[in-house]
Amino acid sequence: MQYNLLNAQPTFFQKLRNFDYVLLICILLLGLISALSMYSTDGGEILFHSKSHISKFLIFFIMMIFMSFFNIKFWHYFAYLFYIVVLFFLVWASLYGVKASGSQRWINLYFINLQPSELMKIAIIICLAKYYHRVQQNKVNSFQVMFVALVILILPIMLVITQPDLGTSILIALSGLVVIWLAGINIKYFVYSFIALLISLPFAIAFLQPYQKLRVLTFLNPDRDPLGAGYQIIQSKIAVGSGGLTGKGFLKGTQSYLEFLPEKHTDFIFTLFAEEHGFLGSLGLLLIYIIIIYRILRIGAISRSYFAKLFCYGYGSALFFYVTVNMSMVLGLLPIVGSPLPIMSYGGSSMLATMIGFAIVMSAKINHKQLIA
Amino acid sequence: MQGENFGVKKIQTINRRMFIIGAAKFVVFTAIIARLFSLQITENKKYLTLSDKNRLREWRLAPIRGEFLDYFENVIAGNLKVYQLHVIPEEVEDFKYLMVRLKEILSISNDNFKKIIKQKNRQKPWETIIISKNLTWEQFSKVNYYLHDLVGAKPVLSVSRNYPFNESYTHVLGYVSEASEKDILNNKTIKDTHVPGLKVGKTGLEKTFEDELIGTNGIQRYEVNAYGKRISQLDYTNGLSGETIQLTTDTEIQKVCNELLKGMAGSISVMDIYTGEIVAMQSSPSFNPNLFLFGINQDDWQLIRNNPLKPLVNKTLSGLYSPGSTFKPMVALSALENKIIDENFKVNCTGKIEMYGQTYHCWKKKGHGIVDLKSAMKQSCDTYFYEIARKLGVDRLKETSTKFGLGEKVLNETFNNEKKGLIPDTKWKKNNLGKGWVIGETLITGIGQGYTQTTPLQLCLMTAQLANGGFKIYPKIIVEKNGKTTEEIKLLMDENSKNLNIASELLGLLNKEKYECLFKNSKNIKLVREAMFASTNEVRGTSYSSRIDDPKYQFAGKTGTSQVKRITKADRELDLKTLDIPYNERDHALYIAFGPYKNPRYALSIVIEHGGSGSSTAAPIAKKLFKLIIDRHEIREQTRKKKITKV
Repeated sequence: MQYNLLNAQPTFFQKLRNFDYVLLICILLLGLISALSMYSTDGGEILFHSKSHISKFLIFFIMMIFMSFFNIKFWHYFAYLFYIVVLFFLVWASLYGVKASGSQRWINLYFINLQPSELMKIAIIICLAKYYHRVQQNKVNSFQVMFVALVILILPIMLVITQPDLGTSILIALSGLVVIWLAGINIKYFVYSFIALLISLPFAIAFLQPYQKLRVLTFLNPDRDPLGAGYQIIQSKIAVGSGGLTGKGFLKGTQSYLEFLPEKHTDFIFTLFAEEHGFLGSLGLLLIYIIIIYRILRIGAISRSYFAKLFCYGYGSALFFYVTVNMSMVLGLLPIVGSPLPIMSYGGSSMLATMIGFAIVMSAKINHKQLIA
Repeated sequence: MQGENFGVKKIQTINRRMFIIGAAKFVVFTAIIARLFSLQITENKKYLTLSDKNRLREWRLAPIRGEFLDYFENVIAGNLKVYQLHVIPEEVEDFKYLMVRLKEILSISNDNFKKIIKQKNRQKPWETIIISKNLTWEQFSKVNYYLHDLVGAKPVLSVSRNYPFNESYTHVLGYVSEASEKDILNNKTIKDTHVPGLKVGKTGLEKTFEDELIGTNGIQRYEVNAYGKRISQLDYTNGLSGETIQLTTDTEIQKVCNELLKGMAGSISVMDIYTGEIVAMQSSPSFNPNLFLFGINQDDWQLIRNNPLKPLVNKTLSGLYSPGSTFKPMVALSALENKIIDENFKVNCTGKIEMYGQTYHCWKKKGHGIVDLKSAMKQSCDTYFYEIARKLGVDRLKETSTKFGLGEKVLNETFNNEKKGLIPDTKWKKNNLGKGWVIGETLITGIGQGYTQTTPLQLCLMTAQLANGGFKIYPKIIVEKNGKTTEEIKLLMDENSKNLNIASELLGLLNKEKYECLFKNSKNIKLVREAMFASTNEVRGTSYSSRIDDPKYQFAGKTGTSQVKRITKADRELDLKTLDIPYNERDHALYIAFGPYKNPRYALSIVIEHGGSGSSTAAPIAKKLFKLIIDRHEIREQTRKKKITKV
């Protein structure tokens, strides 16, 4: 009926033609760079980290291609369910999760240790996109609508912050807020809540864990404890700074292979890259991220359905947050909060979440003419 | 319709807001690029330096210590190759097994074994453990033989101090041992050069010339990881070894001195009377300085420390003795110079004189009868010297004695343990004891007893300056680069003495540093020397039995016997033989001499603690030594000529 008229199903080859190949190539390029960086962190050998990272990238990349063929309506249809399942995982994690280095973030799925908070980064966007898809413009600022949106946002944040995982909860909050803002919520609420946040900040600090307080203090002055809390920032800055224009060369990052650099597989992978490939290499990497984000936003712009548009805008902005928060952190512009660099950092859950995001974006591209009732 | 309107509005809102966010993203990305630029381009140098500071570490290597040579360029303190055994626990597969094997092969004691295990647990696994600092050749070859079974053990060749002449130079050179906290704190050079296990001078010249001997560190640069483990060696700089220091001593004579003093507490000093070079300087008992190199063991240390003959004291410089009769040449000279007496002045010795109710005895109970200067010196008549000391007064005696080097350090700052001794006068007593001088003290000072205290080296210098005709010389133990020949020195002395009569005071001032005359009339010196000749070479001389008749070796001397305890009336009546007196109460035996008499070149002083009497104990040693000293003269002069033409 109408459905068929508005939503003429493209054939498999049409779908294939409609893929965003620039985006795809950029993702593959990022995968290649990440594989090489991981190889470098293993000291120029293919060891555990590089093996695991490369295989995860390949599996999730193929999964992404496969999921891209799903109609965008599929994602719209299952958006709430996806959110609820991830929320359930979060509750599960805080009850029966695997503990590691002082926090309880993982659930053991036997074949993989899943970090649901990473999945929540994508689930919050998809859930809020569906939610606002329905809401009419004049109702966006009504109390009822705002309240539901806030509940959707605050529930996972509370669960993640108590794990404790400040970095991920901030990224979830930022992703959710940007969707709410894009949906058209009155700017005054942002101003109000910003003022409220400033006022409550001293109280909030009182609730921070000691190690989180230390991180803030360390950020403000890394030299106050150069061998302890400030060590990561100082060593990271030394590594990046010593890279110079063209870097020390592939596999020649002394800060990294002499083990001065902490967590070089995960949060500090950009530091290693910047040390080995210098300013030009870092610009190149940044450019790849910028192209990816730009392509995602462009897909949002051409999408006819509000859900797809909001999701693409939201996810593009979220990626921007992931990248800039991670880079600012390793460059000493922000305090150290655990936040991986998408695709580059080691970690299956983050990779999985990022790839799901790409799959939805790709699906939006393929079905950009599709409307959702 | 309305719904669609809202829909359009909704799309407009989202696109507008996206645009705002896009602009914000642009700003943030620009900020990150700017930050990257500032870190990597602007501050690149700073961070590159910091990164190098992280990864590069320098290891200082132990410097090679400078050597000591004797006058004939024999090494008297050198560096010996030693074999050590190192183990780096990280490179060992089975540390326990290795240690058990090594314990068997090297027969390590249980204590040492425990120490090594303790050290292993304390340090990082890649840090070296020195299992043995000094393997014997036998142990070394044994380890090499079993090496296939000792994975991780490394036989290493290293250098260590070595004193080839063992006891013969102990007090002159001192010894080295591992630097203590205090050594590092007190000496900046040690602090700057210090590496674990560095050995530094503890006493003697080794300590005095530490800064010259120590050398500079070799430097190894390594790349290290964050835990300080060495990854690879980047470069290596050789250190400079320390300066070689040459002494004026003759090892042959030094060795014989050591032999002659065996079993006795005492010292021998031998000096060139023109150049002031110390030819030999030995203190006894001595000990083997090589014992200290790898840490002396408790038993050996207790043996040295508790030896009643005090081997740790350098008696040539730090031993203080009443000069006894060896002081008499000074008393005679002073009396002559001050025209109190002339050579014909006579005293009748009855064995004692009385003064203010006190009796002062001559050593010969029956007395010497009528004696003049020569016979009084010859027979060491105390009464004669009581008499002239009384006439002279202690203040004038001090003036002459000080001129000849008594009561002053001989080698200035060369040894930190040299003592000044004491030549008393009235002022000294008033200032230090708060009492007035009494005449009786002048009398006993006249025979070298009382407050007078001298070191053997001072007595040697005094004798040398009498022997060379009364000219000031400058004693030294380190060879000077631009030293003067003996002829030059003699010429300067001659000039000084000629000028003495013309405008003595003016020229005396000009030549103050150049072999200044210590006399007013050279005839007085000659008289004293003749009297000393008589004492050794004429019948009834106190050291007549130790004389050498051959003019080539013939020497003149003066014995001395200094009391360590006041002789009571009872003692005097008993008149005990030396051997019947407890060791610590026996008199010190002294002897000073110079020779050959016709054309003197060397002076010596011998002190034997609690030796009984100078003529019976000290003088015979001089007889044994003098022949060697003169025999070595020719070769010494040839070496000197070579040295001077070399410069």
